[in-house]
Amino acid sequence: MIANFTGTERYIASQDLAEAVNVALALERPLLIKGEPGTGKTLLARAVAEQLQRPLLTWHVKSTSRAVDGLYVYDAVQRLQDSRFGDRDIHDIRQYIRFGALGRAFLADSPCVTLIDEIDKADLEFPNDLLHELDAMSFTVIETGDVHTAKLRPLVIITSNNEKELPDAFLRRCIFHFIAFPEPSLMARIVRVHHPLVRQTLLDEALARFYWLRTLPELRKKPSTSELIDWLGALLRGGLDEETLAARIPYLGTLLKKEQDVEAVTRRGRGWSRH
Amino acid sequence: MNPETPPDGDLGELGESLFLEFFYLLRRNGLPVTTREWLTCVEALDRGLVAADLKRFYAIARATLVKNERYYDLFDQCFTHYFLGAEAPRALVKAVDEWLSDPLPMPSLSPEELAAMERLDLEELKRRFEETLREQDERHDGGSKWVGTGGRSPFGHGGVHPSGMRVGGEGRSRSAVQVAAERRFRDYRSDLVLDTRQIGVALRKLRQLGRNEVRTELDLDLTIEATAKNCGDLDLVMRPPRDNELKLLLLMDVGGSMDPFALLVSRLFSAAHAASHFREFHALYFHNCVYDNLYKSARLTDGMGTLELMRWLSPETRLVVVGDAHMAPYELMARNGAIDYFQNNDEPGFVWLDRLKRHFTHSVWLNPLTRRMWGHPTIALVGQIFPMFELTLDGLEAAVRALSSPNPRAQV
Repeated sequence: MIANFTGTERYIASQDLAEAVNVALALERPLLIKGEPGTGKTLLARAVAEQLQRPLLTWHVKSTSRAVDGLYVYDAVQRLQDSRFGDRDIHDIRQYIRFGALGRAFLADSPCVTLIDEIDKADLEFPNDLLHELDAMSFTVIETGDVHTAKLRPLVIITSNNEKELPDAFLRRCIFHFIAFPEPSLMARIVRVHHPLVRQTLLDEALARFYWLRTLPELRKKPSTSELIDWLGALLRGGLDEETLAARIPYLGTLLKKEQDVEAVTRRGRGWSRH
Repeated sequence: MNPETPPDGDLGELGESLFLEFFYLLRRNGLPVTTREWLTCVEALDRGLVAADLKRFYAIARATLVKNERYYDLFDQCFTHYFLGAEAPRALVKAVDEWLSDPLPMPSLSPEELAAMERLDLEELKRRFEETLREQDERHDGGSKWVGTGGRSPFGHGGVHPSGMRVGGEGRSRSAVQVAAERRFRDYRSDLVLDTRQIGVALRKLRQLGRNEVRTELDLDLTIEATAKNCGDLDLVMRPPRDNELKLLLLMDVGGSMDPFALLVSRLFSAAHAASHFREFHALYFHNCVYDNLYKSARLTDGMGTLELMRWLSPETRLVVVGDAHMAPYELMARNGAIDYFQNNDEPGFVWLDRLKRHFTHSVWLNPLTRRMWGHPTIALVGQIFPMFELTLDGLEAAVRALSSPNPRAQV
């Protein structure tokens, strides 16, 4: 039976995104997700795990991460410590092997969702080092010689912020989806999930302002979905209404994070009229 | 394959013949699809994931065949072309796009009016579209014949016609082909303008250059691990320093003909400035051509001698010049030819450019003008001195590759 992902109550997925997830599920290939920051790449894995009722294993990649870390780490230091002061049997190396998120997903008895978050943060060679493991869904623990092969291939979701280009060989093996910036109608639905009580008129006005900001060519960093949600939260808590919003943009700092951008908008604001 | 829901129609065979043409169409148009990816797509078709639904086919083909959002627009165009039969000639569409960029509200039609309009088939519609466009010579809104916005002619957009042909703009009820025709991903194309972030990503590739292979730094983590494996006897692990040795000099043309590109150049500057991974980064300005002096401010004040700069910066500093190279011939070729009177250059700009080029082992010229304009005499001349690239994402990436080449003198 093929389980289907359609999006959840708290995570609204476009049809194209849902199709991409389902292709990755059916073909058991890794799914690579790219998109502007704040478009919900990381949240997708949580939503998929929730809807398919699978456990979620997350691996946050850092600039110093090595590919093998996601599979297992051999804790030689603990073993040395035990050999000197402990009372454990240090001849059994297996007890010093700690499995990473990907390793645990391969070993699991039920199918998992594994999130490899921000793969582009690591070294350029990092994705290539994972090619074999993602293809064969198996790995060898060098210290013990054990070969672990996935009984049930997990759904691997990989996110990238586009900080670095990923190698072609890696891309060929992935199913790819780029989360486009939501159109106003979809955005209104997304905002409703987070702020169900917001008045329609206030939401319309806020969205108009938000999309206007995004069209300004001089902005160094355009505000994203998560910033819009924060901003609306601030507006609601501050008890601000549509009229205030029509005259100025309050709490601009929640939307724009660069000083030059705030200045640029303030300069424009003097000649502000809607549209 | 899910036995309960067999695919409607005979998509299996269709996948082999009909869709194979689509694969070659993508490749012909420069979309880098490999056979392996094609097979993945066919596998998805085989499993009945698609059924006879073109909208789903669109989503699945894109997810399996296209691996970079840069190519989404190209994919959309190929998809429209292939599944619609053909689209209107590109030049016509472009002209119409401009009239349509700012549409009028939709008129409301009575059912009688709607019924009165003849229903046209697609071929007929396209023929009449091109015919109408040929007759028409300016922007047009409203009305019932010309192509424009908010009208009742079968062509245009935001309009009402039972079998109308939409030209760009926002759609109302949408089929897969219509969605593809919207070209929502046009902004992600790599041959269009750049934003700061994309420039930053491209410049990051200049990182590895400086890596020195001599192992002089202690790798603490690996040392601890190796020592533990070595039963506690100290085992030092050294690694090469990861610092970037790269030095970058950015020279920017300001003022005059470069004004339209000021925003683009300032993005390049801020991206290079924010890329903290260079060992040294210098940015200087000039007007139209480089002569005896370069300037630290864009207002061309706070000057420094070009010769002094060359003494100060070692040859392995990467030189990036940004300018349109579009000037009067004497500015490049004559003594005292500088556009700014105070410059009084004793040697022509050409000599100065050549001197810069000879000093640095790696140098490139980024030109914001499109390649089509490079036939201009001074651009062609400058292009003989420096390897010239378009200031687009593709151009910048090619420039970065040239700057990273291990055999720089052979780069041209």
